[in-house]
Amino acid sequence: MNKTFIIIQREFLSRVKKKTFLLSTILLPILLFGLYGLIIYFSMKGEDNLRVAIVDSKGQLEGKIQSDATIEFSFLKQSNIETLEQDLKDKKYSGYIIMPDSLGKKDSLQYHSRTNVGLMTQGKIESRINKALEKNSLQQMLAPGITLSQVESNKTSINLKIEKSDGKAGNAGFATALGFICGFLIYIVLFIYGSMVMRGVMEEKTNRIAEVMVSSVKPYQLMIGKIVGIGAVGLVQFLIWGVLMLSLQLLLPILFPQLLEQAGTVQGAVEVANAGGGKASMVTTILNNMQSVNMTLIIVLFILYFLGGYLLYSSLFAAVGSAVNEDPQDAQQLMLPITMPIIFAFVIMMQTINNPDSGLALFGSLFPLTSPIVMMARIPYGVPAWQLLLSIGLLIGGFLGTTWLAAKIYRTGILMYGKKVTWKELWKWAMT
Amino acid sequence: MSLLDVRNLKKYYGAHKAVDDISFSIEQGTIFGLLGPNGAGKTTLLRMITGIFYPDEGQINFDGRPFQAEEDILRIGYMPEERGLYKKMKIGEQAMYLAQLKGLSKSDALDKVKNWFEKFEMQSWWNKKVEDLSKGMGQKLQFVTTVLHEPKLIILDEPFSGLDPVNANLIKEEIYQLAKRGCTIIFSTHRMEQVEEICDQIILVNKGKKILDGTVQGVKQTYKKHQFTLLSEKGIQLPASSHFSLVEEEGAAAGSAYTIQLTDNSSTNTVLEELIRNQVPIYGFSEILPSLNDIFIRLVEGTHATTRAFQQTAS
Repeated sequence: MNKTFIIIQREFLSRVKKKTFLLSTILLPILLFGLYGLIIYFSMKGEDNLRVAIVDSKGQLEGKIQSDATIEFSFLKQSNIETLEQDLKDKKYSGYIIMPDSLGKKDSLQYHSRTNVGLMTQGKIESRINKALEKNSLQQMLAPGITLSQVESNKTSINLKIEKSDGKAGNAGFATALGFICGFLIYIVLFIYGSMVMRGVMEEKTNRIAEVMVSSVKPYQLMIGKIVGIGAVGLVQFLIWGVLMLSLQLLLPILFPQLLEQAGTVQGAVEVANAGGGKASMVTTILNNMQSVNMTLIIVLFILYFLGGYLLYSSLFAAVGSAVNEDPQDAQQLMLPITMPIIFAFVIMMQTINNPDSGLALFGSLFPLTSPIVMMARIPYGVPAWQLLLSIGLLIGGFLGTTWLAAKIYRTGILMYGKKVTWKELWKWAMT
Repeated sequence: MSLLDVRNLKKYYGAHKAVDDISFSIEQGTIFGLLGPNGAGKTTLLRMITGIFYPDEGQINFDGRPFQAEEDILRIGYMPEERGLYKKMKIGEQAMYLAQLKGLSKSDALDKVKNWFEKFEMQSWWNKKVEDLSKGMGQKLQFVTTVLHEPKLIILDEPFSGLDPVNANLIKEEIYQLAKRGCTIIFSTHRMEQVEEICDQIILVNKGKKILDGTVQGVKQTYKKHQFTLLSEKGIQLPASSHFSLVEEEGAAAGSAYTIQLTDNSSTNTVLEELIRNQVPIYGFSEILPSLNDIFIRLVEGTHATTRAFQQTAS
């Protein structure tokens, strides 16, 4: 069997078998989703069979407000506080609202209750009352003979899509978010897996196994084996996260069927001011946007740029790890020239999101040290094919270059004990 | 037939000559001592023989052919002075891993690891982690992983450091056994008494150069001072002679041991004849051979080498 493959296998398995890997890969997303689910659960809990009494002497709301399984409105023509309080005590109602005779647009209503009301429920009641009141005032403006439902049927729901002259469609808000998330992920991942490689190399050096190893394999094989092994761990972790996210996302509406409706009403409440109750929910908006930006391409490019960036930087991290002795502080110092470009890339990415076609963005997305992060931010806006190809080509050239350089440093550094090394010396090792 | 033949090997680090024109050859099945003070260039020399470094100049022939690092390292077992193992890895897996990197197939590796673990009574360690082992146990495991793939050439750099006498003996026995089976062993150390005991042949390097080469007995013969111990009665006045002079007298309960220095070209028989003629009672007469330690200190001293550590470990 090929030696490099044996090394890759060990590097991969020794990490995947660790409890921390299981914890961070499987338990963490489940835990996060569990927490998310719990929050949703508790925010919706208590609204089950919420019975709200509305003292509505003028009949402003009766028949116009929507009741359903979660909130049931009942209307009282006449009542006084004492009987209402008694009703609350007897659990006849969960709460009551007294409608004043006239209500200004910015006035507030009082909801009296003996129990706490969740934020979601509050929003729900609010939006329903507002809708009913709006209908009232709208009806008054309508010419006789025209019903509200006729008006409703004329409502349009037009989305604004940005069409660039090169024919690619894009939605600025969504592209911004997606670009930011992708770039940020690569940024984080470069640090996490890069330093994982560095620690691995340092472990080999401080445990004094390096020399035992290089008497069986070439230093280059040892370095590449470690880099590829850890990269594979990263890919597997992404894969598991992806699958988990997707399945949990699908599971969520089944566990909490109210959630979709909830999202709809919240969205509706926001849009009330503009369109009098938009129908498009958040979920469908996102789905529409996803179709417009070609998610497959983004995922493929994400993996490509992750691999390219990872290979480029991890070999540099490996070189630093090989030069460091026991003292982790030395590592900090030597790491600085590597972490700087990553941070620069992040800064350029932030500029790119605001202005994806600027010169800085173009440079950043082609230059191999910054392209993995910057290009990811540009992709959702659409990037000409030649730029993509050039960027990937440069990235491949870049990581071949850094790997070559790092291998030379690594070869010398891994057998060098007891001396504090400077960048000048590293450069000398690389050049000999 | 010589297994390893090193010709005019050189390795320079800038102006520093780590290995400066060293040649030697090792017969198959011998135990070869590579000696020298710290910083003499031993490790650099060993790293070139194990293919870790390329020599700047010179040639290495291994088993009759020019040394091919890629293939030949599979037939070399190297236990470096700076050695260690993956702390978090299980002992069995670790041995398997290193064996496979030496080109053994999985099943082959498993057989051999089991064999050696049995021999060293390590079977119960299989699932333990290296970090749970004592230093001595770790050294034993390290030795096993070095010889596991039945290399033709075994290179041991300070193999007994960190071992208690029982385990040191176990390893020593194993070294003899391996040599008997035809393995060639290079043994690098500071500990002279071990070298005298174990090695057939030695070289001494200092400041990158070879300063001594030969069999242990041969070296001792070369560097002997023609001094003899004469056992006799206390307080005897030795006759004045042109053939020998008294160096010192050491008294003991039964008698005295006199150290005498023979002058050049005097034979022991002439000296004995003279002593007998002068009625000196002779209980014993033997040659004083210098210890390797004495020889090395004599050779290395005054050469600006770091002899301090050398003397410390030797005494």
